[in-house]
This record gives sequence, structure tokens and C-alpha cells, in this order.
Amino acid sequence: MGEIFMIMIAAVLTENFVFSKFLGICPFLGVSDKPSTAFGMGMAVTFVMTLSSVVTWIVYNFILVQYNLEYLRTIAFILIIAALVQFIEMFMKKYVPALYQALGIYLPLITTNCAVLGAAIINIDNGYSLINAIIYGAFSAIGFTLAIVIFAGVRERINFASPPAIFKGVPISLVAAGLLAMAFAGFQGIEIV
Amino acid sequence: MNVVWAIIWFSVLGLGFGLILAYAGKIFAAEQDERIEMIADILPSANCGGCGYAGCTALAEAIVSGDAQTNACPVGGTETGTKIAEVMGEQALDSIRYRAQVMCSGTNDFAREKYEYDGIPDCISANRLAGGSKACPNGCLGLGTCVKNCKFNAIKIINGVAAVDYEQCTACGACVAACPKMIIKFIPFEATHWVGCMSVDKGAVTRKNCTVGCIACRLCEKKCPVGAIKITDFVATIDYEKCTSCGDCEKSCPRRVIWSNVSQKSEGIVRDKQSVGDIDV
Repeated sequence: MGEIFMIMIAAVLTENFVFSKFLGICPFLGVSDKPSTAFGMGMAVTFVMTLSSVVTWIVYNFILVQYNLEYLRTIAFILIIAALVQFIEMFMKKYVPALYQALGIYLPLITTNCAVLGAAIINIDNGYSLINAIIYGAFSAIGFTLAIVIFAGVRERINFASPPAIFKGVPISLVAAGLLAMAFAGFQGIEIV
Repeated sequence: MNVVWAIIWFSVLGLGFGLILAYAGKIFAAEQDERIEMIADILPSANCGGCGYAGCTALAEAIVSGDAQTNACPVGGTETGTKIAEVMGEQALDSIRYRAQVMCSGTNDFAREKYEYDGIPDCISANRLAGGSKACPNGCLGLGTCVKNCKFNAIKIINGVAAVDYEQCTACGACVAACPKMIIKFIPFEATHWVGCMSVDKGAVTRKNCTVGCIACRLCEKKCPVGAIKITDFVATIDYEKCTSCGDCEKSCPRRVIWSNVSQKSEGIVRDKQSVGDIDV
């Protein structure tokens, strides 16, 4: 139980995907205009990442390891992730078309999102069991959602602020992202016994 | 043997996912109104976004769902509108044809430069550097961002100011959205007069920046018999709902910044400025 709790906290806070591992920066900057779309994106990533953690773990341990094909894991994982993203895209188009429209190009981009592949590979590298892998996948995605939603909120405020002309737009957003990353660095001090 | 297993397993994985997706595609297939496809075929397929939707298919969906009018496509004009109305079984709506007009007359001969721009030849970059090289904050930078964005080859830069070829212009709005100075506006295709200036500076400042800027003297406003021209924010604008194309404003303008595509021929006023070469009235 302690181990699972540790994985959760590490995934969400101390080793936040965006702020400490710098994975998934593309959607982090691209879909963080409004907290609502950011949350939708976060949920989509959470869904894909949790499912892909399960499937990649099973495929890796029951197929690749059995047949000494570990060296092909990247290709296998990308195949799995691509299929899952396709699946979620169909699902969304049918049941949540508004979110589908709002996410636009970023939804297919989850396919090549390093955060999703990163979670799958870290699961394997850390030698997690299936349960731990699911927890890690789900909670690092929740960490991603947390980061992107906070950042979207910050950006919404920035829209109403009047920074110096040269900082307007992307530059001030990047400065804000840097400050957020520094704030998250504060969690590094947490020690979980 | 290892290679064989790799081939076998990856084929199995690929096939498995393929089958799952194919099946999911059937389950989640969104039912589509057949009219969407028919309307999408009628639309010009330029995907220019001039209607305000993401592309021609998105507009077709909006028309079928009733969110958009049958004449919503600015590019296709009346002809397309009529065909779409037929598909929808509705009365065809009249659509006003618009054209883009660059609201600046400050060519290199008239507008003062505040510095020499030597950077990336693009209006957006130039605009980031203290608002571009033209002293007037609302002047056309003439670096051709609109030209690059025009999918219909309708814009040219003539002597430092962009000029729209009316016949080519489909009023898709790509240039309007691209212009960092926001000085490209839509006016009705039939409009005969327009104010070729958007300088919101006070008259004295505009006078220093450009020899053909609107100085908000209000002569046109007083002369206009139907009250169609108004000065707001130190610049004249014409209300085309009211304009009768009488041309009094043009004659009264001491700065000669009110443009007409009628008098160019009839009175032979030669002003080496925008658009002139492209008009065929």
C-alpha cells in the first residue's frame, strides 16, 4: 500500500510529467487556452495513458519478453498507443463532439505524445507490476492534467494583464510556465516514508 | 528464429488492433445526413475559412443543422447559394458579394518611414519591431503577409501598399485575419467609394506621418447628403447601407484620401496608389 501511495504522489507532484520530466510540452502549450478544453485534453490523455499502460505492460511482459523481442518495444508501444488514440477519437466524435472539435489536431497528436510513450517506457524501466503500472500511468496523466489546467488558468489571467509589449503572447506564457515549474520543484523536498 | 517471432507477433498485434478498430468504427459510426455530402460537393472546397467555419465540410454540417444560412459561403456567391438552397429545399437567399479592401493609401511616396526595416520580409515580424517601419501606426507595411495568405492570388504589393484585385477576390477573409495592422476590411463589391485610411491618430499627427492620411476635418461628413460618412476616432468611415455613390465626399476631401473606382476614369484623376491598375469599371 505504501508503495502505491508513493507512486501516486511521485507521479502527480514530485515527478510531474510536464514540470520535472518535460514530457508532453506540445499539448501543454497548445491546448491550454481555456481551462475547460485543457481539462478535456487532460481527461483524454488520462484515458489513453491508463489504457496504454495496461496494454503495453501486458504486451511487453507476455509477448515481447517471452520471445526475446524487448528491443522492439518502442515500435510495439507506438502501435498500441496509435490504436488507442484512434479508438478514443472515434468514441469522442460520436459521444462528445464538442470536445472533439475543441481538441482538434491535438487529439491525433496524442499518438506521438512523448508523455504517453514515456509513461509506458518508465513503467517497464522501473519494473512495475501490472497494478503499479496502471497506478503510475493514471496518476502521471492526472499530474499532466493538473499542470495543464493550472497553466490554462494562469494564461486566462495573463490575457487580462498588460505585460510589456515585447512579452505579449507566447513569451509571457513561457515565463509563467517556467515559474510554475519552479513552484513544482518545491515538491522535490517531500520525503515519503 | 527471433526474427520470425517478431514478424508473427507484430502481424498478430497489427491485425488485432486493425480488427478492433474496424469493429469500433462500425459501432461508433456517427450517422451522417446525406445532405452534408451533397452540400460539401457544391461548396468550392477551397477550405479557406471565409465563412467562419473550419472548412467546407464544417460549413456543410452547419447548413444542414440550421446554424448557417444557405448563402453563408462568401466565395461561391449567389450561384452556390442557390444550389445549396435547392438541396435544403429552401428559398434561395440573396447574398451580397463583398471584396477585401486595403484601407491605406500610404505608398512609399506618401507615408513617412520612422526607420529602415531590414528584418524578415513579413508584416508580422516587422510589426513586432515597434509597429513596423511606417511612422503611421495604422499604415500598410507592404511586406506581403496578406499576399502569402491569399489562396486566390488576388493581392499584390504596389509601391509599398497591398492592393486587392477585385475580380480575383472571393472575400474569404484570409488576408483580413492575417494582417497584423488589421487594415484590410470587407466592403460591398458594388461599393464605389471608400476611405483609404485608418489612422486613428489626431489630425496633426497624421499630417506629419503621411501626406494622404485622413485628418478628420469633417468636410466629407458635412458634404454627404445622406449622412453616410462619419468621423469616428479621427478617421472617416462610410456606411454602405446609406451610401448612394454620389461622390461628394471624394470631391470634398482635401487630402484626397477618399477613393473612388468611378471617377478614376471619368475625371481622370491620376493617383499612383493602390488598386488603380486592377480596376476595370
